[in-house]
Amino acid sequence: MDKKVSDIINKYNGDRGQLVSILQDIQSEYYYLPKQALIQVSETMAMPASRVYDVATFFRAFSLEPRGKHLINVCLGTACHVRGAIRVLETIERSLSIKRGETTKDRKFTLETVNCMGCCAVGPAAKVDGEYFGHMSTDKVDSLLTKFE
Amino acid sequence: MITLNIDGRELKAEEGQTILQVARENGIDIPTLCHHEAIEPYGACRLCIVEISKGKRTKIVTSCLYPVEEGLEVKTGSPRVISNRKMLLELLLARCSKNKVIKELALQMGIEQPSFKPEYLEDNDCIVCGLCVRACEQVVGVSAISLVNRGITKEPASPFLEPATACIGCGSCYYICPAGAIKMEDKGDTRIIYNWKVEFKLKKCKVCGNYWAPEKQLEYIRKKWNLPEDFFDICPTCK
Amino acid sequence: MPDKLRSKQDLEALQKELINAREPGKPLIAVCNGTACHPYGCAQIIEAFKQELSKQGLEKKAELRITGCHGLCEKGPIAVIQPGDIFYQQIKLEDVPEIISETINKGNIIDRLLHTDPITGNKVIHRNEVPFYRKQNRNILGNNTEINPIKIEDYISTGGYTALAKALFEMAPEQIIEEIKRSGLRGRGGAGFPTGIKWESCRHAPGDIKYVIVNADEGDPGAYANEGLLSGNPHSVLEGLIIGAYAIGAHQGYVYVRNEYPLALANITIALNQAQQLGLLGDNILGSGFDFNVRINRGGGAFVCGESTALMASLEGKVGEPRAKYVHTVEKGLWDRPSDLNNVETWSNVPLIINKGADWYRTLGTDGSKGTKIFSLVGKINNTGLVEVPMGITLREIIYDIGGGIREGKKFKAVQTGGPSGGCLPESLLDLPVDFDELTKAGSMMGSGGMIVMDETTCMVDIAKYFLTFLEEESCGKCVPCREGVKRMRQILDDITEGKGTEEDIDLLERLSATLIDSSLCALGSTAPNPVLTTIRYFKDEYEAHIKEKRCPAGVCKALIHYYIIEEKCPGCGLCVKACPQEAITFMGKKKPVILDESKCIKCGACYDACKLGAVGKE
Repeated sequence: MDKKVSDIINKYNGDRGQLVSILQDIQSEYYYLPKQALIQVSETMAMPASRVYDVATFFRAFSLEPRGKHLINVCLGTACHVRGAIRVLETIERSLSIKRGETTKDRKFTLETVNCMGCCAVGPAAKVDGEYFGHMSTDKVDSLLTKFE
Repeated sequence: MITLNIDGRELKAEEGQTILQVARENGIDIPTLCHHEAIEPYGACRLCIVEISKGKRTKIVTSCLYPVEEGLEVKTGSPRVISNRKMLLELLLARCSKNKVIKELALQMGIEQPSFKPEYLEDNDCIVCGLCVRACEQVVGVSAISLVNRGITKEPASPFLEPATACIGCGSCYYICPAGAIKMEDKGDTRIIYNWKVEFKLKKCKVCGNYWAPEKQLEYIRKKWNLPEDFFDICPTCK
Repeated sequence: MPDKLRSKQDLEALQKELINAREPGKPLIAVCNGTACHPYGCAQIIEAFKQELSKQGLEKKAELRITGCHGLCEKGPIAVIQPGDIFYQQIKLEDVPEIISETINKGNIIDRLLHTDPITGNKVIHRNEVPFYRKQNRNILGNNTEINPIKIEDYISTGGYTALAKALFEMAPEQIIEEIKRSGLRGRGGAGFPTGIKWESCRHAPGDIKYVIVNADEGDPGAYANEGLLSGNPHSVLEGLIIGAYAIGAHQGYVYVRNEYPLALANITIALNQAQQLGLLGDNILGSGFDFNVRINRGGGAFVCGESTALMASLEGKVGEPRAKYVHTVEKGLWDRPSDLNNVETWSNVPLIINKGADWYRTLGTDGSKGTKIFSLVGKINNTGLVEVPMGITLREIIYDIGGGIREGKKFKAVQTGGPSGGCLPESLLDLPVDFDELTKAGSMMGSGGMIVMDETTCMVDIAKYFLTFLEEESCGKCVPCREGVKRMRQILDDITEGKGTEEDIDLLERLSATLIDSSLCALGSTAPNPVLTTIRYFKDEYEAHIKEKRCPAGVCKALIHYYIIEEKCPGCGLCVKACPQEAITFMGKKKPVILDESKCIKCGACYDACKLGAVGKE
């Protein structure tokens, strides 16, 4: 039994209606949803494992695979799209040799896309570990990636 | 008592019934795939759509879920219904291009080939109607499986795609699946349900010696209904 | 934090006290700390202001107010200085000491930080002179600049929670509902259903336990209007929610915030706690006897959860799958109980209507659409930002008078409203008044507020493909028409943009569209065809170019374009050579144009972006 997981469940009083919030807190703690944590949730909250698993796989916020050290979010919202966001994404994919949704072999970067972060004024926009980067273009990708160890 | 009109026929119905229930009671045929009397209606396949009107405007609704109303006018085979149903079957056929059940259903509506490019046709059996999952939850009560993922990759699966530990091997999923997408086999003393990666030892009848049901399933029923330990030692046929 | 308020009189007394404590004429810097300003480094600028005020010994003499979104996101970081309503934009860290020493301390204007009127070319000093603001009616968003969103005292000192007190002590629930009905307020989430009627149905639905819900799952890509409002003035939403709960008879509320909005989430959480502490939320609100509690739930990254029944499923801890709405959610919603769900902006309108009355509210807007609407004006527009306009204003006025026209001197092509459920409207419809019914008639819809402007470099076929790709990923997958139909439509659009389109494709797209519209389970599926149908309707020539001529007029679709070197413009600097990931460009020596080998080119556009001299062409 993982104490951190128990604490999280208790924080929400084991309320089944708060399952998504509980999983989110677990994800924030471990950077992904470990299988053991999900089983613990299912057992502690008397919910079938199938019900916890279907929620874990439905929402894009959740990752069942360990994520990389740095999470890159490229915005593919419409405003960023018309300003060329796809080309920025493709450049990052090429540079890191991964596709969106994947993690680099050395576990340094995970590349995800997001549909609008509210930074349309500086589009194309990207976010790495919570830090925002605006006015992205294909020639700025290398300098962005080297910022992160 | 409610009076409504289906395909020109004045029919009586009870408050709380659905259009589909009333239609079937009166021998009116409406095709369905994701529907089963023992399960709560779901509204996923959309095949049971009908055209309703109450006054001027008409709209398309699923008859499996729409509650009857006084004065409702229903058309189960209007041109709008038919053209929708045809495209739905084309979509299902494109997904399950080699599946016997879907091919037959499509053929009944005059569809041999879907309108999409051959290189995009898929060879699935599962239509994601959810009956297996819903039966396991609502009838059996173990919820061993669920519909996982979202969108085009949505499918029924066992937790973590590993052997479904809560499964009791009853085979309800296999029996209820309308498209034959669940592969289950009883081989000698073992039952295998391939989709959920599970195997069960079958109980042997003390009288005739036949293997007739998974021990785990019988144990589940025995415990649930507080039956004596030897209750299932003799198979139903011999009893 | 002041003492808990136990009566209407307590609130009035606190209001008076706070108003008296405000020193009119005291220098004030209101700096924008909205999400859209964060990429500009506004957090560092705010810190710098704090330090500098202290350094120059002015922390008692001047006030620093950290606010939510000011609206003109294009020109961030922004600060408005009082007295005088001086508007400074694009502030850099090195400007901060001077702003304090000159403008705050001496009242001097710093010219280079002023906004330039693009038509006259003159600098403008005061906020209301900035063309961007002139045609707006910032009845709701305007309050963002007057308050620190996480200081409830600010909200109260500007009249906050007066409407709540009026509702609780001077009006009966039915009266409140009548006022909302009379105001003509329609849902700002997209569908535009009359709010008053929704509240009334919920109130009359059988059952003692009812719920009110704030839909802050603004999922339309390119729309961040709700974000600016929820993070900039969370109390306005909360106040509206409490009033609605009282009118309907609900004692439990939920705020469902999109996972991708950390600032909005943080601010509404703080606002909630503060309201609780002051007795404006919880048991016996203001001593009225009315109990009401609110819980905040986070979304999990699913666009479909913006749909009311999917949102409620998510609130129940289940996957966000919609269900049939033949029995409306106002009768059987969350936990099968009567539930009223409204959008963030809808809730914000409520205190305004209660305070100023339905008659006042009706003076703005058109016959069918009253009040204002907040839009996020984005894309190929000069003045990107959040705008609040009266219903009935034309698209042309928004895009040109407020938006400042198209960026980089390009030509307008289309404007997209309503997100993936909406449509693309062409130049011929620029004089369309923005109004629920007008937009729907034209094939689009109001949506939650995204307004994306496109120019000649936008390919409309690519836009249709973009939206279908988006919806394919976001579809919950429950019903056949959406799950399978959107996928097939996207495949057809893929083919068209790759030069593999056929004449029959348009017909097939239209047939698929008809089925999706008629037989989808929820609005995600039934409105999915809108972007495709409007682009076919208004931009048929682009489809025909892609299909018949295998050509992309806007120069976007990779398979149909090629990059080339414009020799006259190329000085042989080699920047593009370095940028090319495929080594497809060869350096030929200084002053000689480079050579691009098209057989190696993967059309990534790196050379196009790298070249600052316009020597790389695209067609």
